[in-house]
Amino acid sequence: MKNHKGTVEYFFRLIFLICGIAAVFCVLAISVYLLISGIPAIREIGLKDFLFGPVWKSERNQFGILPFILTSIYGTAGAVILGVPLGILTAVFLAKAAPPRIAEIIHTCVELLAGIPSVVYGLTGMTVLVPFIQKIFNLSSGACLLSAILVLTVMILPYIISVSETALRAVPKEYEEASLALGATKTETWFKISIRAARSGIIASIIQGVGRAIGEAMAIIMVSGNVANMPSIFGSVRFLTTAIVSEMSYAAYGSLQRNALFSIGLVLFLFIMLINGLLRLVSERGSNK
Amino acid sequence: MKAKNIVTLFFALLAVVALISSCGGVQGNVATNGSTSMEKVIGVLSEQFMNDNPNVNITYDPTGSGTGIEAVKNGTCDIGLASRALKSSETGLVGTVLALDGIAIIVNKDLSVGDLTVQNISDIFTGKITNWKDLGGEDLEISCIGREAGSGTRDGFESVTETKDACILAQELTSTGAVISAVGSNKNAIGYASLSAVEGQDAIKAVKVDGVDCSEATVRDGTYKIQRPFTLVTREGEELSAAAKAFFDYITSSVANDLIRQAGAVPVA
Repeated sequence: MKNHKGTVEYFFRLIFLICGIAAVFCVLAISVYLLISGIPAIREIGLKDFLFGPVWKSERNQFGILPFILTSIYGTAGAVILGVPLGILTAVFLAKAAPPRIAEIIHTCVELLAGIPSVVYGLTGMTVLVPFIQKIFNLSSGACLLSAILVLTVMILPYIISVSETALRAVPKEYEEASLALGATKTETWFKISIRAARSGIIASIIQGVGRAIGEAMAIIMVSGNVANMPSIFGSVRFLTTAIVSEMSYAAYGSLQRNALFSIGLVLFLFIMLINGLLRLVSERGSNK
Repeated sequence: MKAKNIVTLFFALLAVVALISSCGGVQGNVATNGSTSMEKVIGVLSEQFMNDNPNVNITYDPTGSGTGIEAVKNGTCDIGLASRALKSSETGLVGTVLALDGIAIIVNKDLSVGDLTVQNISDIFTGKITNWKDLGGEDLEISCIGREAGSGTRDGFESVTETKDACILAQELTSTGAVISAVGSNKNAIGYASLSAVEGQDAIKAVKVDGVDCSEATVRDGTYKIQRPFTLVTREGEELSAAAKAFFDYITSSVANDLIRQAGAVPVA
């Protein structure tokens, strides 16, 4: 009987281990594959020409990804600038100010927002947002960096809101009560005590939003115009992600173009790793405090 | 018991029939090589042919028209694929037109401009004409919508209008459907798409080119200018292998017309 129990225990431990290893294996396999397939093109083009070359014209074998890198950075920065205040204020409202009933409704909506597939964001953006932008700014085409930023803003909002909200709710009641007892108003307490105390959680939420924004492809390929220009707010632009998507299907196997697309993937991967590293740093610091 | 016997007999017979039919017919490899634009047509045709003749294996190397012609000349493939007519300098080869690729120039249905010349189109896409009013239309800035590098439609459009590498685009989209819906929702826009994809779309219209409507009939009789031939290239005075000949005969016969249409091209057989 005891022996039998031990066997089952052992068996399940093995299964858990295998599951754990599967995840590790996937990450390793992808990293190694990206490195192997991404490095040849960089070597052939030259790291400097690849990263800082201002012209991408695959039909003429010009592979400079500076426009993509800048577009990805600008697009993400734009989404963060718009999304963070909106997200944090919503989180404060949900965690502190809102009557429970209303908070619940908004909370459900935010969760739904997170669950909408990105292609639906793109489709809605393309059919509603792009013509709208075109009209109010009197452009010849509304597919531009601004449209992409707006779509990304909406996409990262739920992440910022829900993570920040959790952090704000975790702020010890005593802090706020002490502040109120000292004569501070509720608003003063929220901004000066609650947000400050929840700082590391809020920063983590922002970084998570950045990660989401920089890796998004499907939604923005439909609203950004997708021409490899240097970024400008009303110009047609191409992101790191969309650059891969838009040319992969036609790039001949083994060609420099295809390899260069993998190299873009590698650059994107490094960006995401950087952001993840940052996230870990922030959350570790938060828990040490 | 008896019923079981009959069923067994039936299956045995079926197996024999299957065996015989698979033994018969042609067998071997057919290598095709060339135009990337013909991928869809050749894909559909070879798939059907390999289904009908399980002992034939057809390969397709998407290398480009020039390379395909070179390959058939060197004998490294059976049939070369070119999305243009053979040049007079390419001797020793025979070109057979498999199908025609008509490219419709599309604008929003509300735009008053409905007739352009090839020169107009080329000027629009290279940025020499930037407003519809210069072409007798509304005072709207023109927004050019094209396809991504490597697209067969883009290649076809740019080679006929002689705008290779010179197009200034506002949007570069990755599918025919995306181009059609982008043009359909934007009165400033002009784009191009395969003829077959444009039919039945309400939000857009295909403009006349040099006064000729874009339709299967005008593509076939050659009056519609923005088109190019999908050409099968073989060596002059040399027999194809049995399998290659069977494939060649099949795809150039009228039996293949529906499949060619399905792949978005205009059949000529």
